[in-house]
Amino acid sequence: MPAFTVKDFWRRYRRNKGAVVGLVVLLLVMLMAATAPWLFPGSPWDMASAPFLPPGEMGMLLGTDSLGRDVAAGIAHGARISLLVGAVSTAAALLVGVTLGAIAGYLGGFADDAIMRFTEFFQTIPSFVLAILLVAIFTPSIGSVVFAIAVVSWPPVARVVRAEFLSLRGREFVQAAEVLGKSRVSIVLTDILPNALSPIVVLSSLMVATAILLESALSFLGLGDPNLMTWGFLIGSGRSVIRLAWWMSVFPGIAIFLTVLALNLVGEGLSDALNPRLARQRGGAA
Amino acid sequence: MSLLSVEGLTVALPPGGDRADAIEDVSFSVDAGEILCVVGESGSGKSITANAVMGLLPKGLPVRAGAIAFEGTDLLRLGAEPMRKLRGQRLAMIFQEPMTALNPLMRVGDQIAEVLQVHGAAADAARRVPELLAAVNLPDPAAIARSHPFRLSGGQRQRVMIAMALALEPALLIADEPTTALDVTTQMQILRLIREIQSRRGMGVLFITHDFGVVAEIADRVAVMQHGRIVEQGPAAEVLNAPQHPYTRGLIAAVPHGAAPERAAITGEEVLRVTDIAKTYRRGGIFGAKAVVRAVHDADFTLKRGETLGLVGESGSGKSTLARCVVKLVTPEQGEIAYDGTNLRLLSRAAWKPYRQRIQMIFQDPYASLNPRRTVGDTIAEGPVTHGTPRAEALGRARELLRLVQLDAGAMDRYPHEFSGGQRQRIGIARALAMRPDLLIADEPVSALDVSVQAQVLALLAEIKARLGLTMLFITHDLRVAAQICDRVAVMQRGAIVEQGPTRQVFSAPQHAYTRQLLDSIPGRGWTPPQL
Repeated sequence: MPAFTVKDFWRRYRRNKGAVVGLVVLLLVMLMAATAPWLFPGSPWDMASAPFLPPGEMGMLLGTDSLGRDVAAGIAHGARISLLVGAVSTAAALLVGVTLGAIAGYLGGFADDAIMRFTEFFQTIPSFVLAILLVAIFTPSIGSVVFAIAVVSWPPVARVVRAEFLSLRGREFVQAAEVLGKSRVSIVLTDILPNALSPIVVLSSLMVATAILLESALSFLGLGDPNLMTWGFLIGSGRSVIRLAWWMSVFPGIAIFLTVLALNLVGEGLSDALNPRLARQRGGAA
Repeated sequence: MSLLSVEGLTVALPPGGDRADAIEDVSFSVDAGEILCVVGESGSGKSITANAVMGLLPKGLPVRAGAIAFEGTDLLRLGAEPMRKLRGQRLAMIFQEPMTALNPLMRVGDQIAEVLQVHGAAADAARRVPELLAAVNLPDPAAIARSHPFRLSGGQRQRVMIAMALALEPALLIADEPTTALDVTTQMQILRLIREIQSRRGMGVLFITHDFGVVAEIADRVAVMQHGRIVEQGPAAEVLNAPQHPYTRGLIAAVPHGAAPERAAITGEEVLRVTDIAKTYRRGGIFGAKAVVRAVHDADFTLKRGETLGLVGESGSGKSTLARCVVKLVTPEQGEIAYDGTNLRLLSRAAWKPYRQRIQMIFQDPYASLNPRRTVGDTIAEGPVTHGTPRAEALGRARELLRLVQLDAGAMDRYPHEFSGGQRQRIGIARALAMRPDLLIADEPVSALDVSVQAQVLALLAEIKARLGLTMLFITHDLRVAAQICDRVAVMQRGAIVEQGPTRQVFSAPQHAYTRQLLDSIPGRGWTPPQL
């Protein structure tokens, strides 16, 4: 595996055109989230115009909902929550998953068995049902939604990290570190983890996408934070009037679709750029 | 007319390679009943030459010029279909890696029968398959034919590959490093087999190898390749004993000669005493049969200060496990590893730490033993820093050590992938020396290197050892290397040391049958490289 240099990385990343498009879309969504308070000043919950205005009428770009709220404002402000939930829950899941996976993979033996059985326990429960259950128990709030998503998405991380650690643990440079007398913590942090980063990075971009979908699904079911405007909530509230006002559900739906697609494309691009050997095997050399 | 004649063959490399052509203006011929050895180091283009003859070049490597005439037909102008007919029937090839060359899901007999079938001789299969298996000296051909490849050892698989190659009695056999992946004793059997079949059937053989010992064992004529060109060719006796080209002379001078020089007995005090060590691997759990492998048992030895003890043996003999027990990479179940009177086996991880400075290890694979994400300077300085040396001081010492192992100080800030195998191995040596150890464990430190690089690294190790007064435990499968560098050798077989003593004594008067077998299997033992 060649050493990581930013220039090489970017050159390989650019080869995948889809990934570049994904990155651009993702940056646009981030920009929209960042500028929402200026683009759409005031609360997205406030009435902006007459109810049920179709897109384009009376200066309402994407129309208004049943209470006259601006759909475009809802989408822009919702992007903040979606991205925030995606990022924070992924970070929390990574923290738990990487820690447990690293311990299991590095120590092996009994610790490995115990941690893996614990992981399988979570994997046997359908993740969405578990997430609903957790949010319902802890009452819907942004904190409980993030917590629930993190709880259901760490097990795959733990498995991937464990597999990487298992194979790296036996490599000679890790044995050399052992012979130098380095402590276990320092071997894990400075020798094994940097070499296991590529799959973790790729996996985490996909996890952000999944987290956004999960958050939307929870909000759709009315389990989102009642004080925060989210994409899932927009679709949920538009559901009952979909034949009357299609724009209320379709535009938030497109926002979710584009963001998740962009994250997946970025994930694939990262995977190509971080594993050049695999990318070439797939015939992506052109 | 020669069986095979290659004239001015040039094969291009893709643009951006380290040279324009993979092979350039290569000309040679092979007659019926003759073995031509093509020798060269890695990257010399010898395998490309073999693949070009077989029509197996990948698309990225186009033939630029030249002709390959086989029995009067120009193979380069032959279409895909006639070439396919020729392949297998008149031209056959055996490959380096017998473990992956057979289809794991197909019985061995069926795979050989398939070769016959493809070329329209299916009717004979039932009779010919056992015959072929017998011809490659496999015991009980009927039983082997019914086995799946995973039941066979590496040597047996290579025999099966040879049987497949011989199935249609080809006129020319191309062997691309067929014994490199095998143990010495198996290698010798395969070499004898190829020689025997070749003389019985009058085949021509194009034999690719990097090992001059193998050349001495088997070749009628030799062609030496360097950087894609043939620099010297001629009858084996001439090239081996009176090489003309400087590159050939350099290569032959680098071949370890295998004769152990007289060495004064070492009389220093005892540094390491290993007694009653046992390591057993158990596989299989609650379900299924349990497999028990006794990796190390009955392997007592001692090391005196300033001495080099060679642990020699074939793969799976337990020599690496034994060495790893000494540095606690493997924890044995019982026994005593007494280092300066302390039993290292009983020490905790923390209690071991001070000893890490005194016992260091050099690893086998220069491509796997350096952390790819860390600069060379940090890699070397890391050990002392771990043990409390200030970072600046450790880096300064790393710079000195790079000079000691004959690398440029500019290497400090570069990453391992920028270095060749030999250079990486020097970095590995510098990392071990950074701790100022007095016991150095070298686990096959040169077996992944080309012969000329191997000679340099061995010379470096010998010099450093003498200069720093190190004690060394040297693990190797190559008896010629052991003869050159070790004061004493211990021969391991199936986890036990079966014979040990001063190198010269073990080599000239081996006591144990297995030692004798090993010594008889050194390729080219009848050939003494000339003093150049």
